[in-house]
Amino acid sequence: MQIAFPSRMRGPQSRSAFLFVTGFLLLLVVLSATPGYAIPAFARKYGLPCSACHEAWPKLNSFGQNFKDNGYQLNNDRDSPIWLNPSYWPVAMRITPHWHYESVGRQLVDSGDGQVEQTIKTSGFDLTGIDLLAAGTLAKNVSFLLVPSFDAIDGTAGFESANIRIDNIKNSPWLNVKFGKFELDGPLSEKRMMTLSNNGGYYQLYHYVPFGGADINDFTVGENQLGIEVMGHSLDDHTRYSASLISSTNGELGLPSGRSYDGFVHISQAFMAGKLGLQRVGVYGVTGLRPTYFLTQDGEPIPGTGRGNKSFYRIGAYGNLYIGKFDLTGVYQHANDNVFLANGTPANGELPEGAQGAAWNTGTFEGHYLISPKHFILGRYELVRMSSQPVSDLPKDFGNIDVFTAGYRFYPFINSRAGFAWHIEFSTLNMVKTADSGADQRSNSFFTGFDFAF
Amino acid sequence: MMKSRTITCSLLLMAALAGLAFAQNAGISSGYPTPKNGFTDSQQRGHGLYLRYCVLCHGVYGDGNGDNAQFLDPRPRDFTAATFKCRSTPTGTLPLDSDLIHTLIRGIQATNMPSWRPLSDENRQDLVAYIKTFSDRWKTEKPGDPIKVPPEPAVTIDSIKHGHELFEKMECWKCHGQLGHGDGPSASTLTDSKDQPIRPYNFAAARNDSRFKCGVTNEDLYRIFMTGVDGTPMPSFADVIQPNDAWDLVHYLRTLQIGRRSKENDVLKSAGGASTLKTPETKSENITPADSDRQVSHAGH
Repeated sequence: MQIAFPSRMRGPQSRSAFLFVTGFLLLLVVLSATPGYAIPAFARKYGLPCSACHEAWPKLNSFGQNFKDNGYQLNNDRDSPIWLNPSYWPVAMRITPHWHYESVGRQLVDSGDGQVEQTIKTSGFDLTGIDLLAAGTLAKNVSFLLVPSFDAIDGTAGFESANIRIDNIKNSPWLNVKFGKFELDGPLSEKRMMTLSNNGGYYQLYHYVPFGGADINDFTVGENQLGIEVMGHSLDDHTRYSASLISSTNGELGLPSGRSYDGFVHISQAFMAGKLGLQRVGVYGVTGLRPTYFLTQDGEPIPGTGRGNKSFYRIGAYGNLYIGKFDLTGVYQHANDNVFLANGTPANGELPEGAQGAAWNTGTFEGHYLISPKHFILGRYELVRMSSQPVSDLPKDFGNIDVFTAGYRFYPFINSRAGFAWHIEFSTLNMVKTADSGADQRSNSFFTGFDFAF
Repeated sequence: MMKSRTITCSLLLMAALAGLAFAQNAGISSGYPTPKNGFTDSQQRGHGLYLRYCVLCHGVYGDGNGDNAQFLDPRPRDFTAATFKCRSTPTGTLPLDSDLIHTLIRGIQATNMPSWRPLSDENRQDLVAYIKTFSDRWKTEKPGDPIKVPPEPAVTIDSIKHGHELFEKMECWKCHGQLGHGDGPSASTLTDSKDQPIRPYNFAAARNDSRFKCGVTNEDLYRIFMTGVDGTPMPSFADVIQPNDAWDLVHYLRTLQIGRRSKENDVLKSAGGASTLKTPETKSENITPADSDRQVSHAGH
């Protein structure tokens, strides 16, 4: 994997900036760590502190999950917008100004007549993309979520989420429908993840693609998808199910390039384990088809004419365990891409020698320790292990990945009008034998900044 | 070499910062001030939960003056008075823990108090333990003995008619209105124990999924007017009404919920409808199907 960086910062400069920023933050922590009660009201609507729904913002707790599963309703007669002050505007924004340091190992750089491998390091102040979050009820049991998202680099806008949901159909929590663009109901929410760095800010579980065979399957569980979801839950949310039928565009707007839909299902059951707290186990799976070639016009593919559909699937099981203030989620997933997808070969073409279907297994272990509502420690280890390379002569461990991420979030005040956290995180990722020389590639990310929403 | 130094520095710095921030809150169990000494483990845990879920409405001191209280109608409960609406115990007495836990599970209809069903049983027990620290009444008094709810007799037109007579005789209509709209002649003058305006329950607005503030079943309704709703003008009728009479009143009140499917409404309809209930004392209002299209009031006792 070769990653190009626009500039390099020399070692001493990098260290100086690092020390300056951390020193400043140290001072800030010293000055600001005081308990606080601020303006109340859950999103100016329900009068609940943010900690009512969030274990630590943005991670939901069981009450917040239940609220979400009810279609952003508490079912206390105050859900309908008729109860709202006319000036209420259900909009929030989230952005994270930050400083980050990146180190990417064994990148090819020009040197003399040829190229050599070199670690590239860089750092600087930065912004995440800006999320505009609008969510609420249109009427009792009719709710919406609209998330226009702005790219911090080029300012382009898109819709990360745009869906309408109808809840408690036939007065039953077991039948709710969501329609539009939404996050799949996976075992770990990537939209509410507690890690933000380049390496740790996404799940390999959802995004890993095999390196060896030019895989053309664009599906990722982590991207918000276009489609319809039917979900239901028990009153206490201990039993949950969801089933989604989604366009085969991986969330991109417009009609699919092929003529197929993807399907996703998820079933989970939670139970109380004495004083340990709520435990949850579940299984999920997704399957779909992707075209491998198109009809053409003057040699150019004609949109919507995908042919030679080939299949893929992801299946997984997980446990979400609470032991008091500590929680651990472990996810195992098996993934498979058809041989034509894995090798980027048209189904009416000839496969390369040694081509085979790609399969891999992913393990994700994410732990959180909530010292208090103000102090949150997180750690995650992810591993990807190829079980079948797209091409048989590749080393068995080619493209295997290990990622370790650790971080800490500090919430100096807690109220319902705004979310604010100082975030610090380190993540290191190792990819086996992916360098041009066949050596492992390691990249490190250090991230610190202020994550806020209001 | 440089790489490992950077990693080591980063990890050490993170640990140092976390330790420093944590150290500043030494003695703070949940990110908030430590409660008074002498708290039990359950009360201590309840304190953290209270601050997580309840404090912005009910206030740091449990007096119902949280930051958010000014926006709420009705106002949040004042735990320092230890006066609770929903009880199984006689009026004026403290409720059982189970009464408070049921309130947490159920939420309170027509208020901002949501259902806390997703919390664990232990969480709710801890919250109740902590809430009880706000008033010394819990140290000096014991909860009352729960009132006994006899088995419900069969719903008959006679029991409904008798309930209607009791409704007139006990002047329930003065607050709740002849048709149960919550618009009786006294309705606009009612205040709660904090001198806040309060509206009587609107029976007529009920739909199939409607609940009372203190429950949903006939047994809950029976209990409501036998225990009264403390802190509101709704008195207890335990001393003035016999159990069978109380059940008759329950059956009649259910017929005021004309938008709700019920056995009582079926019996009344079979007997000829609401006109069957007319008595000389009944005021001039007539009960007609058009009454189902009525103004919705969301508040009550």
